[in-house]
Amino acid sequence: MLRRITAGFVVVVLMASSRGFSLELGQLAPSFSLAPLQAESPAQLDSRAYRGQVIYVDFWASWCGPCRLSLPQLNTLYRDFSEKGFAVIAVNVDAHRSEALKFLQRRPVDYPVVYDAKRELPALFGVKGMPTAFLLDRQGRVQHIHEGFRPGDAEQLRAMITQLLAQEGAI
Amino acid sequence: MMRVCGVLVLSVALCACSAVSPVQPWQRDYLARPEMAWQPDVQLANQRGHVYFSKEASSGGASASGGGCGCN
Repeated sequence: MLRRITAGFVVVVLMASSRGFSLELGQLAPSFSLAPLQAESPAQLDSRAYRGQVIYVDFWASWCGPCRLSLPQLNTLYRDFSEKGFAVIAVNVDAHRSEALKFLQRRPVDYPVVYDAKRELPALFGVKGMPTAFLLDRQGRVQHIHEGFRPGDAEQLRAMITQLLAQEGAI
Repeated sequence: MMRVCGVLVLSVALCACSAVSPVQPWQRDYLARPEMAWQPDVQLANQRGHVYFSKEASSGGASASGGGCGCN
C-alpha cells in the first residue's frame, strides 16, 4: 500500500516538475515539420532539411510588440548570411492565421515562416516569453536562447552567427 | 498510518495544483487585445489619475495599465 502511494506521489511530482521544461544550451533541438504560413505552398517545411546550417528558430506573433522590431532586423541578418549557411525559420503562434498574414503584409520577410496551428512547438522548445528564439549550430545544438528583442540585439546576434558559421560543420 | 495519510493528502493537494493551468506566453494573444485592457485609453487614464491626486493632495494609489501580453 505504502509503495503504491509513494509511486503515485513520485508521478505527481514528476508531472509538476515537467511543466517548467526548457531547452538548455548545448542540448539538441527537436526537429519539426510544419505547414508554411502562406497556404499557397502545401508542402510542409521540415527542419531536418536545414541540418548542417546555422539555424535561428524564431517564435513570434502579430500581437507581440518586440516582434515589430525583430522581424525586419532578422531579415537583414538573413540577407547578409543566407549564402554562407545561415537559415531563419520563423514559427508563428497566432490564434488566427489571417492576423499573421496581415502583419507580414506590412513587414515582409524573405525567410520561411511556418504556422503552428496547434501551438505545440513552443512547449517542446520551452518558450518562456514572446518573442523567444533559439540559435542552433551546424550540429543542431542550442548555442543561444534569445528572449525578447531590444535595439542593439541584432549586432549581438550578428557576432554570434559569424562565430558559429566559422565553425566546422558536421552534417 | 498517520504518515500514509499525510502522503495521501499531499498527493491529492499536488494533483489539485496541477489542474490549474497557467496561460502560456504564446497563448496571450487574446489578453493582448486592446479591448482586454483595464484602461482603453492609457493616456486619458494617466491624465485623470494626475488630476485626482493633485486634487486630493495625495500620490499613488491610482495607475493605468495596458493589456496582459507581458511583452511591452
